[in-house]
Amino acid sequence: MELDPVFLSRIQFAFVVSFHAIFPVFTIGLAAFIASLEALLYRTGNPVYEELSRFWTKVFAVVFGMGVVSGIVMAFQFGTNWSVFSYATANFLGPVLSYEVVTAFFLEAVFLGVLLFGRNKVPRGTHLFAACMVAIGTFISSFWILSANSWMQTPAGVEVQDGIFQMTSWLEAIFNPSFGWRFAHFALAAFLTAGFVVLGISAWYLRQGKALTSSRKALTMTVVLMALIAPTQLVVGDFHGLDTFEHQPEKVAAMEGVWETQEGAPLLLFAIPSQTEERNYLEVGIPKGASLILTQELDGEVPGLKEWAPEDRPHVPTVFWSFRIMVGLGLLMIIAAVAGLVQLLRGKLFQSNRLLRLYTWMIPAPFIAVLAGWFVTEVGRQPWLVHGMMRVEDGVTPSLTGGMALFTLVGFVLVYSVVFIAGVYYLSRVMKAGPESFTQKDEDEGTAKRPFSNVHTSLDDAPRR
Amino acid sequence: MELIDLTLIWIVILGFGVLMYVLMDGFDLGVGILFPFAPNDQARDDMMNSVAPVWDGNETWLILGGAGLLAAFPMVYAVFLPALYIGVFLLLAGLIFRGIAFEFRFKAQQSRYLWDHSFNIGSTVAAFAQGAVVGAYIQGFEVEGFQYVGGPFDWLTPFTVMTGLGVVTGYALLGATWTILKTEGETQRWAWRVTPWLLAGMLGFFVVVSIWTPLSHERVFDRWMSNIQILWMFPLATLLVSAWLYNSIRKRREGIPFVATMALFVLFYIGLLISMWPYAVPPEHTFWDAASDPGSQLFLLLGFLFVIPVVLGYTAWTYWVFRGKVSGQNGYGH
Repeated sequence: MELDPVFLSRIQFAFVVSFHAIFPVFTIGLAAFIASLEALLYRTGNPVYEELSRFWTKVFAVVFGMGVVSGIVMAFQFGTNWSVFSYATANFLGPVLSYEVVTAFFLEAVFLGVLLFGRNKVPRGTHLFAACMVAIGTFISSFWILSANSWMQTPAGVEVQDGIFQMTSWLEAIFNPSFGWRFAHFALAAFLTAGFVVLGISAWYLRQGKALTSSRKALTMTVVLMALIAPTQLVVGDFHGLDTFEHQPEKVAAMEGVWETQEGAPLLLFAIPSQTEERNYLEVGIPKGASLILTQELDGEVPGLKEWAPEDRPHVPTVFWSFRIMVGLGLLMIIAAVAGLVQLLRGKLFQSNRLLRLYTWMIPAPFIAVLAGWFVTEVGRQPWLVHGMMRVEDGVTPSLTGGMALFTLVGFVLVYSVVFIAGVYYLSRVMKAGPESFTQKDEDEGTAKRPFSNVHTSLDDAPRR
Repeated sequence: MELIDLTLIWIVILGFGVLMYVLMDGFDLGVGILFPFAPNDQARDDMMNSVAPVWDGNETWLILGGAGLLAAFPMVYAVFLPALYIGVFLLLAGLIFRGIAFEFRFKAQQSRYLWDHSFNIGSTVAAFAQGAVVGAYIQGFEVEGFQYVGGPFDWLTPFTVMTGLGVVTGYALLGATWTILKTEGETQRWAWRVTPWLLAGMLGFFVVVSIWTPLSHERVFDRWMSNIQILWMFPLATLLVSAWLYNSIRKRREGIPFVATMALFVLFYIGLLISMWPYAVPPEHTFWDAASDPGSQLFLLLGFLFVIPVVLGYTAWTYWVFRGKVSGQNGYGH
């Protein structure tokens, strides 16, 4: 079999980005949570906030580390596998990615050192400041990266001359048509991800009778927040979809599984789309639902995939099913969060064992939803690298052979597997140790502040099997 | 020529960025290279703790180098990375393994030795790959139009292997002198002992590179010979700084060895730039050929002029926060 460098590069990029994406989406929300805890600690002096902040900072450090190392790969992958694309789009993407480095990465990386190691070295206000800088840095970073990604979806402010993208307007390019809703959608997703992880872990501690005071505090904070954010996300996601309908109708057609242009298109709940036969099997849907959502009219027209040549269509089953997974998990999150709020108001949240168990089981849900949403938007953009302007196969590195692409693909899969397995293993140990094991007392006493001595004793002396 | 040469400004900015990277990540990579030779586990803990709060910021300069190249000299980006494809992979894999070692090592007990190896091998491979990149840059690339057309292993030659080993030795010297500065007791005594050997090794590589480069690369030879009245100062300055370094080791001055090693790197760096000037993608394309659109260069420059001083400011501040000896007082209890 001939090894296709384009195909292998696409797999590699999808793999690296998917792997990388789950870390920032978690750390962006978590950084904001930690900064809030530090602010509350600064104002109230209540030690429960310090206990929570210390604990979640440990988690943050591990996840951020994994995010950083996998992110460095991204900065170089454009050049190694997609050099023609990089060269052509450098006038826009170069400055945008550089601004991300100088306005965000340095801020995060440098102040993270102070946040992690500086609690006893700088005044409390300065430590709070460092926490805020890390949180702000993660947001600035997502601003730039989503601007770059949105520009590839809905390019603006550029024109192509001799194969090179030349700038006509920086404002139009940075704030391109789909940027606003995409950024809002992503930011809320980041809050939901961190929120549901905190929710799930706190619920787990409560059921175990561990770290009761701080877990109740964390649970109360996040339940209220999630009950506000989860429904908001539904609304923002809807507007994002309408925006996509305007600028990338073929993506929406794939999301809805619409092949023929039709008025009064149904909202399909289930179907098995077939790319080759250009039709769906086993359709179950709500009549006129898609038209109503997309056009606000029962008989509004929704363009079908057949409006585009077969080679210009995205892979429909992937987009169709990823979209349903994302929306399904989103609805589940809304139900879980609102149910939690109701129980909280009734004063029964901490005793609702089934709900608490559900929260723990739902920890993977936001991550899967984020990845699914990312598949929808990225696979839905295919076959374009820059929508309507540059196709995927035209952007690949000419000197790249299939063998080289395969070598690095296998390499990254192996490396990331080690990173991921070890990371999850050590995270689970931090989680099992719990917030109570990371208090000031332990750091002051014990074996002369030997790194993580508290964790060593509580974990490593466990009987080996 | 225009009133302001933006491309020249960008050469200076990116040159500065890469130098910052080499000096800063150089010493923490060097700590990783020296890791297995440290006298005991306590020394390894101290060495790692001495770089733990700052390594992440140091490495960010590398990402700035990558993104800055794409922004200001996209051709360099689009030729170097495909040409060094396998080398870039090794560099990234190395940086990944050493990066996660920081977090995982202190959370492991029985498996700690695995993360020691991960930190050491990762750092060494990353340093070697960077040295090989320098060698490949001197060597030149096979280019048609704006794209690399050579093979996947063109970069791997005896010459680049040698520059790779040279950088590994140089980073190790930076790491050793940093260790002198940041530790005390047995760890520091060990660092005092190894530093002269590393200095000798680095000077050895300096001599070999200085002879090999002009002999095998005509471009460099011509440049050196036509500027011989100035260029003889470089080996002299190198010798003087080396003597200063050696002397400060004998007198047990804690700060000077690190400063002197950085001065050596600055000298090598300037020497390299002079030898290669004005080629961004040798043997054909100059920096001006490789530059991006002036509008893009200007757009980014306006931001950089404002932001980079701020970045330098808070970076310096964190080094101040974590000043002093590492052992005994600040563990990895973040």
